[in-house]
Amino acid sequence: MNEFYFIAIVVMIFVVIFQIAKASEYVSVLKGEEKSRKQNNKINGFLLITFLILGLLGAWYCNELYYGKTLFPQGSASVEGEKIDLMLYITIAVTGLVFIITQVLLFWFAFKYQEQDGKKAYFFPHNTKLELLWTTVPAIFLTVLVVFGLKYWFKMTNDPPKDSVVVEITGHQFAWDMRYPGTDGKLGKKNYKLYNQPSGNTLAVDFEDPESWDDLHTTEMHLPVNRPVKLVINAMDVIHDVGLSHFRMKMDAVPGIPTTMWFTPQYTTEQMKKRTGNPNFVYEISCDQMCGKGHFSMRGVIVVESQEDYNKWLASQKPEYFTFFPDKDPSKKALQLTDSASASKPMAQVMPNNP
Amino acid sequence: MSTVTAHASTHHEAHGDEHQEHHHHETFITKYVFSQDHKTIAKQFLVTGIIWAIIGGLFSVIFRLQLGNPEATYPFLEDFLGHWAKGGKLQPEFYYALVTMHGTILVFFVLTAGLSGTFANFLIPLQIGARDMASPMLNMLSYWFFFLASVIMMGSLFVQTGPASGGWTVYPPLSALGDASSGSKIGMDLWLVSMAMFVVSSLLGGLNYITTILNMRTKGMSMTRLPLTIWALFFTAVLGVLSFPVLLSGAILLLFDRNLGTSFFLSDIVVAGKIMPNEGGSAILFQHLFWFLGHPEVYIILLPAMGMSSEILSVNSRKPIFGYMAMVGSLFAITILAFLVWAHHMFVTGLNPFLGSVFVLLTLLIAVPSAIKVFNWLTTLWRGNIRFTPGMLFAIGFVSLFISGGLTGIFLGNSALDIHLHDTYFVIAHFHIVMGVASFFGMFAGVYHWYPKMFGRYLNNTLAYIHFWVTIVGAYLIFWPMHYEGLAGMPRRYYDFSNWESFKNFGGLNQFISIIALIVFAAQLMFVINFFYSIWKGRKVTNQNPWGANTLEWTAPIRPGHGNWPGEIPEVHRWPYDYAKDGKEFIPQDVPVGADESKH
Repeated sequence: MNEFYFIAIVVMIFVVIFQIAKASEYVSVLKGEEKSRKQNNKINGFLLITFLILGLLGAWYCNELYYGKTLFPQGSASVEGEKIDLMLYITIAVTGLVFIITQVLLFWFAFKYQEQDGKKAYFFPHNTKLELLWTTVPAIFLTVLVVFGLKYWFKMTNDPPKDSVVVEITGHQFAWDMRYPGTDGKLGKKNYKLYNQPSGNTLAVDFEDPESWDDLHTTEMHLPVNRPVKLVINAMDVIHDVGLSHFRMKMDAVPGIPTTMWFTPQYTTEQMKKRTGNPNFVYEISCDQMCGKGHFSMRGVIVVESQEDYNKWLASQKPEYFTFFPDKDPSKKALQLTDSASASKPMAQVMPNNP
Repeated sequence: MSTVTAHASTHHEAHGDEHQEHHHHETFITKYVFSQDHKTIAKQFLVTGIIWAIIGGLFSVIFRLQLGNPEATYPFLEDFLGHWAKGGKLQPEFYYALVTMHGTILVFFVLTAGLSGTFANFLIPLQIGARDMASPMLNMLSYWFFFLASVIMMGSLFVQTGPASGGWTVYPPLSALGDASSGSKIGMDLWLVSMAMFVVSSLLGGLNYITTILNMRTKGMSMTRLPLTIWALFFTAVLGVLSFPVLLSGAILLLFDRNLGTSFFLSDIVVAGKIMPNEGGSAILFQHLFWFLGHPEVYIILLPAMGMSSEILSVNSRKPIFGYMAMVGSLFAITILAFLVWAHHMFVTGLNPFLGSVFVLLTLLIAVPSAIKVFNWLTTLWRGNIRFTPGMLFAIGFVSLFISGGLTGIFLGNSALDIHLHDTYFVIAHFHIVMGVASFFGMFAGVYHWYPKMFGRYLNNTLAYIHFWVTIVGAYLIFWPMHYEGLAGMPRRYYDFSNWESFKNFGGLNQFISIIALIVFAAQLMFVINFFYSIWKGRKVTNQNPWGANTLEWTAPIRPGHGNWPGEIPEVHRWPYDYAKDGKEFIPQDVPVGADESKH
C-alpha cells in the first residue's frame, strides 16, 4: 500500500509540474513571446552565475567532509606509495588551477555577455597568437607531469631489490591464498593439471619438485616491516586483481600469466592503528577486477609486523608438503630424518628470510 | 531573420515543387517503418535510443537502491524480478547483470546508436545540402540491424540464467566460462551475437556517412565550409569504421572459445573444481582487442557532442566559432590519438612497463587538442550576445562537464597514479562525467536545438529549463563526491561494502548519491514526456529559421519532405559562421558574398 501512495504522489508531482509548464506557455503568449523570452534569458543568466558560486562553495564543502575519509591524511603505508601521493598532490594543484580558471571564465562569460537590447556580438573568428598560446602552455604543463609520472613508473616497475621477501599470492573465486618459499627461498613448481592431486592441493603445486617441500601455504599474508616485498601473482580461474590501497599498489592476477609487483611496507599494523586512530585498522587486500558473484567479498588480510614477530610466525607454520605426506614429516617420525636429509640439501642453504 | 525568409522564399517561387519526390507512393510501411528517408531513420534511432536510455537508466536506479541501502529490502522488486530479488533483496549476480547491462546499453545502444545514429542521419544531408544519404537502402539496413541487435539484447534480459554479468568490458575468462558465473551462460552468447549485429549496423551507417560527406556536398560546400557538426560526425564515422571491426573479431573469437573449444583467451584454468583443457591462450589478448575499439568508442560518443555543442554555442552567442581551423585540426588530432592510447586501460595487467610509458605519453597528448577546444569555446562566448535557449544551456553544461571530467583523465592517464586509482570510484566519476553525462548534454543540446526541424514543433520551454537545472546540479552532486571514494581506494563493481574495514565509511554518502540519482532519473522522465507530448501537441514552428542560424537545414521548409528541398538545392557561398559580421546579425551560407563585404 505504501508503494501505491508513493507512486501516486510522484505521478501527482509530475502532473502538477506539467500543468504549470503548459500554463507558462499560454502566459508567455499573453505577455508577448519576445518579452517572456528576454525574461527567461535574465533568469537563466542569473542562475548560471549562482550555479558557479554555489558549485565552487560546494566543492570546498565536499572536500571538508570527505578529504579526511580518503587515505591521504594517514599517508602511504609503503615507501614507494609516497611518490604516488606526491604526484597526486602535484596533479591536483595543476588541474585544480585549470579547473577554477576555466569554469569561472565559462560561467562568468555566459553571465556577462548575456543578450542585451541594442548590443552587438563582436566578430572574432580567430587569432593565431592566442591559439598558439593555449596549445603550448598545456603542452608544457603536461610534459612536466609526464616526466614526473614516468620517473616514478619506471622506478616502481623496475626489478625489486635482491633481498626482497618473496610471497606468492593466488586468487580464485572468491578468496586469496598465499605461498611462502620456505627456508630454501625458492617456490616449488606448479602445474594447474595437478589441481587436487593429492586431494586438497588447491594451488596445484607439483610435489615432485623438492623445492616445494618446505613451501608454506597460508590464507593470511604476514610481512616484515621495512623490507621490500615481492609479490608473485597468480589466478586459478578468472582474472582477479590484488588491490592494496593502503600501500597504493595494484596488479592484476591473470590465469596462465604470472605477474609481479613489489613495495616496502613502512608501518606495522599496530603502528597504523595509532596513525589512523582506528583500533580495528587492518590492511585489506581487495579484489579490484570484476570476477563473479562473490567479487565484493573477496577479501584478504595482511599483517605487517616487526622482523622478530614475522620470524616467529614463519616458524609456527608447517610446510604444506607434510600435511599431504605426513609420513615425511621429520617432527612426527624421527626415523625419516636421515632419509630426507640427503634429499633436501637446499634446506640447509642460507636462509634469506632470516638475515 | 528577415534575410533568410526572404531569400528562401525566392527558392519556392522560382522552382515550385517539381523536385519533391512524388514519383513513388508511400504507404504507412514505407514511410514510417521501412523508410529510406534519412530524417525518418534518424527519428527511429532517436526513439529507440530514448527507450533504451529509460531502461538503462532504470537499471542504474535499481542497483543504486542496493548501494544506497545495502541492508534494506524492497518487496516490490520481488514482484518484478522474481528470484533475482528474493525477499526484496537484489541478488549479487543480478546486481552485476544490472551493472553490465547498464554499461552496455548506455555506451552502445544509447550514446553510440542513439546519438550519432540520430544526428549523423538527420544533419548530414540537411547541412551539406544533399537530398538523402549516398545509399538510403544501406541506411535503412543500418537501423534494422540495430533493431535486431536491440531485440537480441532485450531477449537476453529474459533468459533463465540472466543476461551477461561480467561488466560491459566482458573480459574472459570470466565471460568465457559458463561455470564461472551464471551470466556467462546463454546470456553471454546473446550479448556477443547482439554486439556483432550492432557492429554491422554501425559499419553500414559509418560507411554511408563518410561517403555522403565526401561526395554529396552541394555546390560551393567545400570541406572548409562544413559546419563543425559535420566535421565531428565525419571523424566519428571514421573512428567507428576503423575500430568496430576489431571488436567484432574479439567477439567472434570469444564465441569460438565459448562454444567450439578453442583457446584464444584461455590457458591454465581450474574453474569450479574442473580442470580445463585449454592451453596457450592469453586473457590479455582480448583486452587489447576490446580496448582497440573501446577507447575510440569513447570518442565515438564524445565527438558528436563536441560538434553539436560548437555549432549551438556559436549560433546562440551570435558570434562565429572561435578558431574554426583549430577546431577541425583538434578533432583530427583526437581521432588519430584515439587509436594510439588503448592500453592506458591496461596499466595494471602486467603490461610491459616500457610499452606502458609510450601509452602514458600518447594519452596525455590528447589533453592538448582537448585544451584547444575548451579555450576556443570560452573565446566563442567572450563578447557574444548570448541567448540561453535550452539547447544553449545544455551546450554550456557540456563544456563545464567536459572540463571537469577531462581534467581527471590527466590523473588516470599517468600510469604511476593510475596504479592507485585504477578500477576505483575515481574512474567511475571520471568517465561518467566526461563521456556519459557530457555526451548526454551534447545529445540534449542537439535534441532541443533541432527538434523544431525534426517535428515542426517546439518542446515546452519551462520543462526544458527544469530538465537542465535538475540534471546539471544532480550530475555534479552524484559524481563529484565519488572522486573522494576513489581516493579512498573504494573498488568499482562492489555489491556491498559493509564487510570492509577500509571502505565502510562512505555509507551515508552512498545513500545521498542514490537519492539524487532517483531525482535525476525522474527529471529525465519529464524530458521524455515533454518529447513525446510535443511531437503532437507542441507549439507549432512558424518561422523557417527559428534560431537565426546560418546552416543549410534552416533553408529547407519547416517540415521538409523526402528530398529535403522542394526546389533546387541551395548553393553555398560562405562558411557557416558569419555571425555579427559587417553589422549584420547573421548571414546564412546560401547568401552570395557581397562586393563590399570584408574578409576575415
